[in-house]
Amino acid sequence: MPKTIIPFGPQHPVLPEPLHLKLTVEDEIIVEVFPALGFVHRGLEGLVIHKDFQQMIQVVERVCGICSMIHAMCYCQGIEELMEIEVPPRAKMLRIIWSELHRIQSHLLWLGLFADSFGFESLFMQFWKIREKILDVNEATTGNRVIVSVNLIGGVRRDLSAEQIKWILSNLCWVEEEIGRLESTLMSDYTVKKRTAGKGVLPREKAFELGAVGPTARASGITQDLRMLGYSAFDWLDFQPVVETDGDCYARSRVRFREVLGSIDLVRQAVSKMPGGEIRTKAKGRPEGETCTRIEQPRGELLYYIKANGSKNLERLRIRTPTFANIPALLSILPGMWLSDVPVVVLSIDPCISCTER
Amino acid sequence: MFKMTPNIIHNLFHQKATRRYPRVVRPAFENVRGALFNDVAKCTFCGTCEVKCPSQCITVDKTAGLWIYDPFACVFCGICADICPSESLHQQSEYRLPLAGRETIMLKGEPKHKTEKTAKLMKEINDDTKD
Amino acid sequence: MLRDVNCLSLEALVGEVAKIKVQGYRFVTLSVAERDSDTFDIFYHFDKNLTLKHFKLSVSKGLPVPSITPVYLAAFLVENEIQDLFGIRFNGLVVNYERTLYLEPETKVTPFCRCTVIRTPGVEPTPDAATASEDN
Repeated sequence: MPKTIIPFGPQHPVLPEPLHLKLTVEDEIIVEVFPALGFVHRGLEGLVIHKDFQQMIQVVERVCGICSMIHAMCYCQGIEELMEIEVPPRAKMLRIIWSELHRIQSHLLWLGLFADSFGFESLFMQFWKIREKILDVNEATTGNRVIVSVNLIGGVRRDLSAEQIKWILSNLCWVEEEIGRLESTLMSDYTVKKRTAGKGVLPREKAFELGAVGPTARASGITQDLRMLGYSAFDWLDFQPVVETDGDCYARSRVRFREVLGSIDLVRQAVSKMPGGEIRTKAKGRPEGETCTRIEQPRGELLYYIKANGSKNLERLRIRTPTFANIPALLSILPGMWLSDVPVVVLSIDPCISCTER
Repeated sequence: MFKMTPNIIHNLFHQKATRRYPRVVRPAFENVRGALFNDVAKCTFCGTCEVKCPSQCITVDKTAGLWIYDPFACVFCGICADICPSESLHQQSEYRLPLAGRETIMLKGEPKHKTEKTAKLMKEINDDTKD
Repeated sequence: MLRDVNCLSLEALVGEVAKIKVQGYRFVTLSVAERDSDTFDIFYHFDKNLTLKHFKLSVSKGLPVPSITPVYLAAFLVENEIQDLFGIRFNGLVVNYERTLYLEPETKVTPFCRCTVIRTPGVEPTPDAATASEDN
């Protein structure tokens, strides 16, 4: 059987960011995959030479255009650990509210793209319409839609008034209602199931061995969610990770859908348990030492390795994003599949290539 | 075939799901980080905004009393407005409109003596970075 | 601060990593930091039940490092990235991009730490050749 090499990407209608896969295909069945990265490599880790550790917050926010607040939160947590600063409880809870709102909008973005990947454009637009409400909440409370710039070393920059909190809760009620309306369309539609169920199966052992993280791993039955660590005030909230066992595209979309509902519940809990007090502590001094911080991003486990030596600039900032860990898992799913299923499966791991290549 | 008809009739006679932009524009929220303005009458040309800016878009000339700002390099993070000791920098709620050519904003003012309040705020900011 | 860090030597690396795999640890990532002008610190991060464990390997610039891809295949992507950005060469990489993952074939100097790299794929730079080219 003659082999053909078909390039998938870097420009593809399904991909939000450029990723190149060289697919070796024999009669429509994929035999081998060879990825190529590097299309949006900006070298952001190297900017530590030029910008001091406080200016790096703005740089780190711009690593990803979807989950930017969570990068800043991880970075600030790492620096706060090095400088031994205690963040006030109100700031911790506010950070959780904004990061869960980020998780909701990231998953809604993905659900829309997922629907678009098998041609269901009207569902894509419905999901993004709901997402606009969350972005409005972000804009009104922090000043910007996605790159919210609300984290500082030692706390947060903005506070939420009681009126804003009431408004946020009413918006979340609307979001929950609308998502409930769309649930049966996404989850029980015959065509959607035909395109996604049983495709791109990642067995549990393979997922663990290849280091898959986030919803990709949780859909294969691995209970691993870093929010269980209890960083930043998560230990005051009641949280259960969402796990499915099938490991196919349908299970991954189910995990993300249920996580949206879980995040709405977390925001409600956070608002009801909001402590009073300050929103920031003064950060004096400079960081020294090395630390590893981890946080749960919408796509999985985010790891920051920070090395500082007491000067204004950090010595080394290493960012390991979840899509970087999920790409080897993707490479094991693809062989053996039909060529026409490739876009849906590649999108199902939620590739965020600008994060991967920084 | 008749499953969609109730939907179609409902959509014809009820409110549209989207806003009729540009005829209907949603008013901006308060405290949105929009365009940056400097009230040069209050500015003391201390240079703190230049030091703290993450994208280095502000240049301050203390002796000549010049405040030069590149709106195309600015990322509108608002750190300068938060930290300005004389509170002359502030952000509007509207975003900067698109411009046809690349422009730099240059403002000239009188370098003033710092008031006591500004001097105290500046000392606090500098202590943070020098410790 | 980093807790649970074991310092390893070049020879003991693959053996320790294989032991850790049997104990059920998941591979997280590798991080490289420059310790001084002729040593790199390579950190190997592993995770089990939400606790991190680190291995630290100090290697002089120019010396090839054994790859852990025979044990953890998922490490091939990050080891290729380190080859590109730092100029460290890994022996026994299962999937080797030969420094074309992020860099173009014409690039002579690695982005981090300015190590000059000899641009001939498939040829292992000897320690003498690598330090001689660093003086350029």
